[in-house]
Amino acid sequence: MSAISQWMAEGDASRRRALLTAGSFLLPVLVWCLVSYVPFIWHPKVMVDEPGGVDYFQSGMLVDRDEFDDQASQMKSQALALPSGHPANPIYLPAPHSVAKALYTGFTTAPESKDGIWLHQSLWHSIQIIFWGFVLSSLAGVPLGIFSGTYAALGRLNEPFIEFFRYLPAPAFGALAVAVLGIYDGPKIAIIVIGTFFQQVLVIANTTRKLDGTIIEAARTLGTRGLRLITKVVVPGILPDLYRDQRILLGWAWTYLIVAELIGTSSGITWYITQQARYQHFENVYAAIIIIGIIGFGSDLLLERLGRRLFPWDRSRERA
Amino acid sequence: MSQLHSIALPSYLDQSDEVRARFERINQRETILEVRNLHKRYRSAQGETEALRDLNFQVRRREFVCVIGPSGCGKSTLIRILAGLESHSSGDVLLDGKPVKGPGRDRGMVFQGYSLFPWLTVKGNVMFGPEMSGYSRNSAETQARTWLDLVGLTKFADAYPHQLSGGMRQRVAIARALVNQPRILLMDEPFGALDAQTRAKMQSHLLDIWKNIDITVLFITHDLDEAIYLADRILVLKPHPGEVQEVIEVPVPRPRSPGQFNGPEFRATKARLETLIHPPTEEETTDEAATLPNHMIRFTDVTDNVE
Repeated sequence: MSAISQWMAEGDASRRRALLTAGSFLLPVLVWCLVSYVPFIWHPKVMVDEPGGVDYFQSGMLVDRDEFDDQASQMKSQALALPSGHPANPIYLPAPHSVAKALYTGFTTAPESKDGIWLHQSLWHSIQIIFWGFVLSSLAGVPLGIFSGTYAALGRLNEPFIEFFRYLPAPAFGALAVAVLGIYDGPKIAIIVIGTFFQQVLVIANTTRKLDGTIIEAARTLGTRGLRLITKVVVPGILPDLYRDQRILLGWAWTYLIVAELIGTSSGITWYITQQARYQHFENVYAAIIIIGIIGFGSDLLLERLGRRLFPWDRSRERA
Repeated sequence: MSQLHSIALPSYLDQSDEVRARFERINQRETILEVRNLHKRYRSAQGETEALRDLNFQVRRREFVCVIGPSGCGKSTLIRILAGLESHSSGDVLLDGKPVKGPGRDRGMVFQGYSLFPWLTVKGNVMFGPEMSGYSRNSAETQARTWLDLVGLTKFADAYPHQLSGGMRQRVAIARALVNQPRILLMDEPFGALDAQTRAKMQSHLLDIWKNIDITVLFITHDLDEAIYLADRILVLKPHPGEVQEVIEVPVPRPRSPGQFNGPEFRATKARLETLIHPPTEEETTDEAATLPNHMIRFTDVTDNVE
């Protein structure tokens, strides 16, 4: 009886959690829909259907509502044909359905120039930049973090400088990176590395320090010493937390992507976004931004699932 | 009434012939651990603190020695020095006549907080020691199975530590320490975190293990009953600084059983320990006693005054 009611309560709780999760996404979309489809909420512009007697109006033109009303009353006083139009939002706020359409057509539309790049190619390029930036940063940052956390002297030797360096904004090194690494992918990867590495060392050193000291002492009384203390005890001991840190740091790396891709020749998803913005295809801009979010959030969800498989002993997630 | 009891009690120094003969046999055995003129001082914000002053004692082979004392007497510092996890300021710690340098597999340690490796299964935890000493995986696994069998955890070989109860975890920790076949097993209040029932079971279980294998035990506790129940000899420390106050040869005959808790030898020993550790007059007014309020504000709204 109590087991069943507990099971019911758990069922309720998980359903409620799922509902709230869906709600956290639906709420902003709902606000966006309201602003887009309910004319009296915002709609500061008027989309001209028929120019009427106004000589500079064209059908499909967006004008301020005041200006439209002004012109309409002038036409009325001059007894000319009245312009007609419907309320509209500014061009930089496309409606959800047009963004949804752009999400699809972005992948199916051929690039405008012949040697242009498809959306999926831009995305793939961006993902590669992130990947290499993060891998290079981790190759140095993870071991350094673990050693700094294990050996207090090493930590004291490098952490003050790293503390200082992490306050330097990564994009500030853009011009330098171009001078050293050329204009293509090199400087972009470098910006991701600079943006990630210094945080990485500090975060991982901190995680390593939080490892329960008696575990290391127990290992020492069992005859473990030297480097094996790190490979057999420290690393497995912090692994679930290290994995969580890496997930958070990967998110950090994503936030440096756009700035990195503006350096040298613009490339990847950033190139796509700036191109679309230049032609005022803002639905495509929104679509691209949403895709970045989906890739980032989706990969994190996947990594989280994977983590549960990899670390069956990890109990901290049970508390979460 | 209580006076009648104390009159009826024998002295804790009286030993039956059987017990005396046993101690004579133990004293002829080789010395496993010898501590000579051990001092430990460390610097703190308040200046230099003396944690241990001039400790001298020996532990014979297969002897079960308990160290007991109030908090602050340095018993944990002592066992950490013996394990090699802390350094001492002067004096000697000799294991089989050789000075101890750093932690090593010749001294097994069981901690109060289990300190099992959470990422390894029960079997993996026990295999850790042999693998570190260079045994093959197969050999380590065979050894682990033997010792898990000894502590009765064969069925849980593939469970993770967090899936076990406190008592089971401590059994894994004991197996993990014993699989290395150390010369001495150091136990730092190993059952302090367990509930009373589990603790009693673990005490009997530990005695069973000790009876069946060639192991010398040094056991830290602050529980008088536990010390008397387990030990051949009890090393009583006094605090500030930690000094040996008395070494008591427990007159309770072996094999021990919980039924002896009310026996005259047991009560006599306990009475002696109580006078040593909780002196009747001094220090009553310090520390905790001073911070206790002498009257309490009444917050309850229930007016019937039934307590």
